[in-house]
Amino acid sequence: MTNVLINAPKTAKKGEVIELKALIMHTMETGFRPGTNGRIIPRNIIERFTASWHGSEIFRMDFSPAISANPFVSFFAVASESGKITFRWTGDEGFAAEESVAIDVA
Amino acid sequence: MAGTTRRTFIAGTVLVSVLPLASARATPEAMAAAIKEVVGDNAIREGRVTLDVPPLIENGNAVPLTVSVESPMSEADYVKAIHVFNEKNPQPHVFDARLSPKNGKAMIATRIKLGDSQKIVAIAETSKGEFFSASADVIVTLAACLEDLT
Amino acid sequence: MRASPPKSPSPLTLPDLLGRRAVLALLPVVFAASFALAQAGADKRRSGYQDMGAALQKMQDDDTANPGMLFVQLGRQLWAKPVGAANKSCADCHALADMKGVAVRYPAMPKDGDKPIDLEGRIRFCRTARQQAEPLAPESQDLLALMAVVANQSRGMSIAPSDDPRLVPFREQGAAIYQRRQGQLNLSCAICHDDNAGKKLAGVTIPEAHPTGYPLYRLEWQALGSLKRRLRNCLVGIRAEAYPSDSVDYVALEIYLMDRAKGMVFESPGVRP
Repeated sequence: MTNVLINAPKTAKKGEVIELKALIMHTMETGFRPGTNGRIIPRNIIERFTASWHGSEIFRMDFSPAISANPFVSFFAVASESGKITFRWTGDEGFAAEESVAIDVA
Repeated sequence: MAGTTRRTFIAGTVLVSVLPLASARATPEAMAAAIKEVVGDNAIREGRVTLDVPPLIENGNAVPLTVSVESPMSEADYVKAIHVFNEKNPQPHVFDARLSPKNGKAMIATRIKLGDSQKIVAIAETSKGEFFSASADVIVTLAACLEDLT
Repeated sequence: MRASPPKSPSPLTLPDLLGRRAVLALLPVVFAASFALAQAGADKRRSGYQDMGAALQKMQDDDTANPGMLFVQLGRQLWAKPVGAANKSCADCHALADMKGVAVRYPAMPKDGDKPIDLEGRIRFCRTARQQAEPLAPESQDLLALMAVVANQSRGMSIAPSDDPRLVPFREQGAAIYQRRQGQLNLSCAICHDDNAGKKLAGVTIPEAHPTGYPLYRLEWQALGSLKRRLRNCLVGIRAEAYPSDSVDYVALEIYLMDRAKGMVFESPGVRP
């Protein structure tokens, strides 16, 4: 299971704009760095990060090699309904990770 | 004959010196080309976009960056995409994000890699087809004692 | 019953003058000022944290943005995982909360042994001797994660080195290494970190080199790393041959550095450039 840290409130009022933060462990190898033998270390990055609220996509971000290792993203969402917020990361070498948090919207 | 040859020679030299030299990394021109791919022929307006990045960072591997765009984020008028570019990394893109009224606020924070002191540009695209931009200059320094990978 | 003092016109207080909100806004300023004043009088030592810009300080302070916390989380998972022929997890012998205070008093002298051991060495010892599992390689992700979760239990505490008399010769050995000129650049640790701390070297402030945040996330490494890794960087930086990785010189240096940092606040996992 990939190492992920999510910061999301557990409750929110309907219509409230809340901040969501996600941090994931990933090397984000750019594909531009030479290794110890002088040869370029092959690229290995997360390419896409998405978040969906109760099944509907609320955020999408396409990463480039310019995103730092162990990528951190913070964005905002309008609290719509109680349910799961699901974060997904996909990338090179078939990388796929998913983490969900539950939120109660009153 | 001598006069024509000399003129041709000078003309040739001028032409050669004006041709762009091949460069191994991204340039301000590459960044401009990447921006044009997104914006097309539309006008880019100043304002509404705030690019928050430290003017000096002690290491280019993780530069905190926040982009925020003033917008009602309503169905009638919202930010539908934020694109960030750089001018001196090996490639000009930083990230592309898609937004909708479901976000409530057009503000994204992340950490980026900068290979050198350079300019960052953020372009916001609204649902009305308008483009706004902001730029910031970052100075990147480096520690004195680095690791030897070998 | 005491007679009440003669009534005089009540003095104007700050809230009267500025309004309550302004006073609340001023509080952090006042706190910072009084902290600085206390610092000026008492402890003048600076952690590397104080030499960083505000953006990196914020990265360290936010547990959901500090990349070191990913390693703490991993360490928490590994703490509970049974391994080895003994099929024991760390949790089977120690509650994680019992690790509070450990990182701030290490390196320590094992009960029956003649060489001091650092936190990394102690975890590796438990792994093979108690759990009877495959040894954890130095600077491996799992070892760093376990170090991170143990060290994190001491976050906020004052560095309190052990007063075990058997450590004294090693502390002195560490002090001697610290003062000794080494490498092609012929520099000692003291020349940069005592004599020139606070000044700039290649545009960056030279820190006082207190190990207040280890293991820490160094942006240069893009990963968590130990004090030993940082000391190796220093040695390479002054063009000296790095000591072999199992050399007691590193532990001796750490004993000296922790003593030099006695009383400073422990910040693990720190973030540093």
